[in-house]
Amino acid sequence: MHSIRIDDPDCFQHSIANPIDVVVLRKHVLDRAREMGFDSAGSTKLATAVSELARNALEHGGGGEAACCPCTEPGRSGLRVVIEDEGPGIPDVLKAMSDGYTTGGGMGLGLPGAKRLVDDMKLISLPGRGTRVEIVKWTRM
Amino acid sequence: MANVPVLRSRGMLFVTLPEDIDDVVARRMLDDLLRDISRTRTNGVVIDISALDIVDSFLGRIVSEVANCASIMDVDTVVCGMRPSVAMTLVELGMEFPKVTFAMNMDHATDLLAGEVPDALDKDR
Repeated sequence: MHSIRIDDPDCFQHSIANPIDVVVLRKHVLDRAREMGFDSAGSTKLATAVSELARNALEHGGGGEAACCPCTEPGRSGLRVVIEDEGPGIPDVLKAMSDGYTTGGGMGLGLPGAKRLVDDMKLISLPGRGTRVEIVKWTRM
Repeated sequence: MANVPVLRSRGMLFVTLPEDIDDVVARRMLDDLLRDISRTRTNGVVIDISALDIVDSFLGRIVSEVANCASIMDVDTVVCGMRPSVAMTLVELGMEFPKVTFAMNMDHATDLLAGEVPDALDKDR
């Protein structure tokens, strides 16, 4: 599924291969969000969502790739983070998006929790090919 | 990454979670704390999270598990130093911490465990 091909020098790309990569990625997103003028709650929420999704890619997808890029729309700017893996995919996306549903040892707050923390989340999962999640959060102005 | 040191003072156990704590280290900290509780008489556990910008559902669950297990061993757990942005994020994530008492800082945490703030730990336990 690996489709992350970004030439934009403003993008930060990082592979997710072990638990330390999750820490590096979320720390980068947090610092970047602060630089861009996100408030304290906004940057923490975005970085926490990234942490949830990166862990999913690691635990369920066998590792993956992430990219964090600035994005703009008329009147607002924000950060877009894409995380994808080539794992088995999510058989039932609707179910995975509901609170309390878990296949691992967690509390099932990962995906639905991450969605609540950001302004937009798109999830594509192809059985046997992988999962791609894209999240966007805008700075408050 | 190195283990999180578990300090003991006046019968209480103290851990300060490092900013860059990963899942493996967090899980090991859970094991270390529970082992220490089971080995010696412990009056309480204080988990200082003041260095953390991010507490996600995994780390939240580890903290909750420390408190649940400690509670079964008749030991109270106090978490101190949570940043407002972390609190807002945990609420939005939907995390609950039934066996955790929260304190502003280390002083407040040890006062609670020493019983110097009456009734504060009486949460139907």
